[in-house]
Amino acid sequence: MKAAVLVFPGSNREGDVAQAIELVTGRRPQMVWHGDGDFEKTDLIVLPGGFSYGDYLRCGAMAAQSPVMAEVKKRAAQGVPVLAICNGFQIAAEAGLVPGVLMRNENLKFVCGDVHLKIETSQSLFTNRYQAGQVIKVPVAHAEGNYFADADTLKRLEDRGQVAFRYCAPDGTVDGPLGQEANPNGSIRNIAGVFNETKTVMGLMPHPENAVEPLFGGCDGKALFEGLVEALS
Amino acid sequence: MTIAAEKNPPVKLPNEPQITPQVVAEHGLAPDEYERLLKIMGREPTMVELGIFSAMWSEHCSYKSSKVWLKKLPTRAPWVIQGPGENAGVIDIGDGQAAIFKMESHNHPSYIEPYQGAATGVGGILRDVFTMGARPIANINALRFGDPAHPKTRHLVSGVVAGIGGYGNCMGIPTVGGETNFHAAYNGNILVNAMTVGVAASDRIFYAAAAGVGNPLVYVGSRTGRDGIHGATMASTEFNEDSEEKRPTVQVGDPFVEKLLLEACLELMATDAIVAIQDMGAAGLTSSSFEMAAKGGLGVVVELDKVPMRETGMNPYELMLSESQERMLIVLKPGREELARRIFEKWELDFAVIGHLTDTERMVLTWHGDVVANIPIPPLVTEAPVYERPWTLTELPPVLDAGKVPAPGSSMADWNASLIKLMSCPDLASKAWIWRQYDHLIMGNTSIRPQEGDAALVRVPKAPTGTSHKGLAITSDCTPRYVQAHPETGGRQAVAEAWRNITATGALPLAVTDNMNFGNPQKPEIMGQFAGAIMGMAEACTALEFPVVSGNVSLYNETEGRPILPTPTIGAVGVIEDITHAVGSRLTQGGLAIILIGETEGWLGQSLYLRELHGREEGAPPPVDLAVERRNGNFVRRQIWAGRVDACHDLSDGGLLVALTEMCLAGGTGVTIRQPAGTGIPSHAFFYGEDQARYLIASGSGDDILEAARRAGVPAVLLGYSGGASLTVEGLVSLPLAEIRQAHEGWLPAYMDTVE
Repeated sequence: MKAAVLVFPGSNREGDVAQAIELVTGRRPQMVWHGDGDFEKTDLIVLPGGFSYGDYLRCGAMAAQSPVMAEVKKRAAQGVPVLAICNGFQIAAEAGLVPGVLMRNENLKFVCGDVHLKIETSQSLFTNRYQAGQVIKVPVAHAEGNYFADADTLKRLEDRGQVAFRYCAPDGTVDGPLGQEANPNGSIRNIAGVFNETKTVMGLMPHPENAVEPLFGGCDGKALFEGLVEALS
Repeated sequence: MTIAAEKNPPVKLPNEPQITPQVVAEHGLAPDEYERLLKIMGREPTMVELGIFSAMWSEHCSYKSSKVWLKKLPTRAPWVIQGPGENAGVIDIGDGQAAIFKMESHNHPSYIEPYQGAATGVGGILRDVFTMGARPIANINALRFGDPAHPKTRHLVSGVVAGIGGYGNCMGIPTVGGETNFHAAYNGNILVNAMTVGVAASDRIFYAAAAGVGNPLVYVGSRTGRDGIHGATMASTEFNEDSEEKRPTVQVGDPFVEKLLLEACLELMATDAIVAIQDMGAAGLTSSSFEMAAKGGLGVVVELDKVPMRETGMNPYELMLSESQERMLIVLKPGREELARRIFEKWELDFAVIGHLTDTERMVLTWHGDVVANIPIPPLVTEAPVYERPWTLTELPPVLDAGKVPAPGSSMADWNASLIKLMSCPDLASKAWIWRQYDHLIMGNTSIRPQEGDAALVRVPKAPTGTSHKGLAITSDCTPRYVQAHPETGGRQAVAEAWRNITATGALPLAVTDNMNFGNPQKPEIMGQFAGAIMGMAEACTALEFPVVSGNVSLYNETEGRPILPTPTIGAVGVIEDITHAVGSRLTQGGLAIILIGETEGWLGQSLYLRELHGREEGAPPPVDLAVERRNGNFVRRQIWAGRVDACHDLSDGGLLVALTEMCLAGGTGVTIRQPAGTGIPSHAFFYGEDQARYLIASGSGDDILEAARRAGVPAVLLGYSGGASLTVEGLVSLPLAEIRQAHEGWLPAYMDTVE
């Protein structure tokens, strides 16, 4: 699997995801500077976490207008898979690659720590190594991860199986007070990650790339990258 | 610029005010210091020159009150590459790599404007570390706030924490640990001490000493604005009721620009273009240009009109004294300007050649061709005021007889309540509300997270990508109430506790950075606190082979005559060759032997038990026997290396029972223990006493450890075993962990959510 990780001014988790990809593929992904409109053909495009352009206007808004994003949109339309993590998710949402928006966390504070996620479907490039209903533990680290979409969009997402992950209690509970307590940012219906319609683009707030080694946060995120390798090699 | 031009007398700026005794005083210079200035200059200075002297001779920049004492600290060891005097300290961690670190205070600004004050504190210390060629890999911070009941405390906690997070999170450097205490003595002066640890190749370290006459002096980073003018002078005086008017002296941070600056500097450092580099911190362009030239024994010409400016109408005085953030000064090799310019332009940062080095040993500043300042450099350094201020040592208070301190009560309910009370008191309550706002996981190298061990543990990356097996343990410690009671003991204890915290992870403690926070040094009793703390620290650092490689002094932490508790914060770094051998303090499984290492006398003087349960802050603090510290610590570390230890925690605030409870809560496993027979110590002194040089170990091979301890002559005793979901001390305490957790984790969020 050949992967390209895009780097914007202010990206800061590009190294983490590159490390995770290298761990799984044995190969360092290509790092693509935002100013370059064109880049090598790849099997996967990654929009990494960080604070692109300082997130000063609205998170992801500036990066979504970057020259390289025009190229990403073009390739995504051709079916090249895009993995958009955290700030990458915010950029992808701003660029219209995935539905919905990401607002300030409900308590208005940055939140970092492990969360539990319920896998909603194993039917995607990104989640094929997981079982539907499986609970995994991965960290989050963001100030603006409060997912929102209007009722029509939500209905469409649910009907078409475009919800990838939901925040849940360790036992998998998504609803009720336990589910509410497990939701780190106020996301509607505990949504932590979504697909586009063709399930070739996935945006998620949590950081599977920080859960790939036993001593450093556990290994629950590793299967996401392994699944991608399997699907794209 | 020709040499001839440098000899011209400086011109005065339009509307330049007369230099009167009042103007001199406003610049924080004492009359005799001004006399000294006149002797050096041989004439009346211009305002720009006065401003430069004012900044360079401020307490903050010149260490004039502390210098004579700081010299007493040990700074050398075979593994020390660079001790105090550079931007940060540098130690060899093997395999061609060096750890570069320093702790620095941003106390005064953080009180005046908590968000920006704390944020720029983090920004400043990060720059100190990456200026030397290191990629920062971890931040920690030590915070002291006033009484939770004080009306400003909540606002200060909220702003400081958001500021630290806002800067560090955006930079992408994990904030992996720290400490937070509350005490009424900090009501008017909070402490924000931030530490950064970075890693560099040991043969690629960059220094500030300029070299090469004619070499270009380059300005990079943010533009210069009018923020932070006279910040160094502000940080060198006491506060009074007008201090809030000093808000304009607080800098405004932009972590996004600093992230770009970090990447651009590291990219440039990978080339051979740099001769010397220095960040612009306190006193901005003044101290950076001055220090580079002084350290290199050279002179410098700076054409101030070439400095990138944020606003129009700025004058040389403002440019020299602005503390705008995210700026660096670089001396380049000749002919490398275009290479450097391309890198900084790629990162969308300002780049300007603003001057060059000379052999005149003078600092010459020009403004559109006119000389506006012309100062001889060596005398400003050699003739800088140094004070041997009068000092009186604090007497050791009488030792408190533990037998005369009441027990929590006679019933188990009383004991249960005492433990709940301690675990939920402001100093011991969980600080998760704070560290969850810090990205402590970015970079993917955090092995021991906050509240999971005595020190944070991060894996050492390899440049430019990849990871090693090595880990760095990082901690910060100080027990200000001990230092207040007896500064020498407190200084000794702060170093010993930092050493213990590193040891408890299995890492070998290597070196220290100190952040000396004290009141007004012109008062003999405050100077005595400083002197006493230094004596204690020096003794401990020597005995534990734990040299001081960098540090910072913050004096005048007083408001309306009321000083803070003396707080010599010790930041420390240790190394473990194989990170898989390290242990945290989490008790994660049943059936483990719980072993107490070290001697217990039941020392209740200055204990948290005494303060929180009985409202008394009295007695002598626990004595620190450094030979015993060393013996017990080395024993514990060997047991960890031998793979016999599942979890380890040093004993400090709150004593044995608090440490044990923390282990249970962190790992979610209960314990059943009892007080060993024949100790002859009242139970409350045994369980809540704060005797030093002690550790708790949880082990699946308890017998081996006890046997090894017996052979090594180290006191060790089996207290009980892990298991279940409750904490039980036979005959005294029985509490479900869930109940303790609720109290422990509940206090800070509830406090912060309270609306006044």
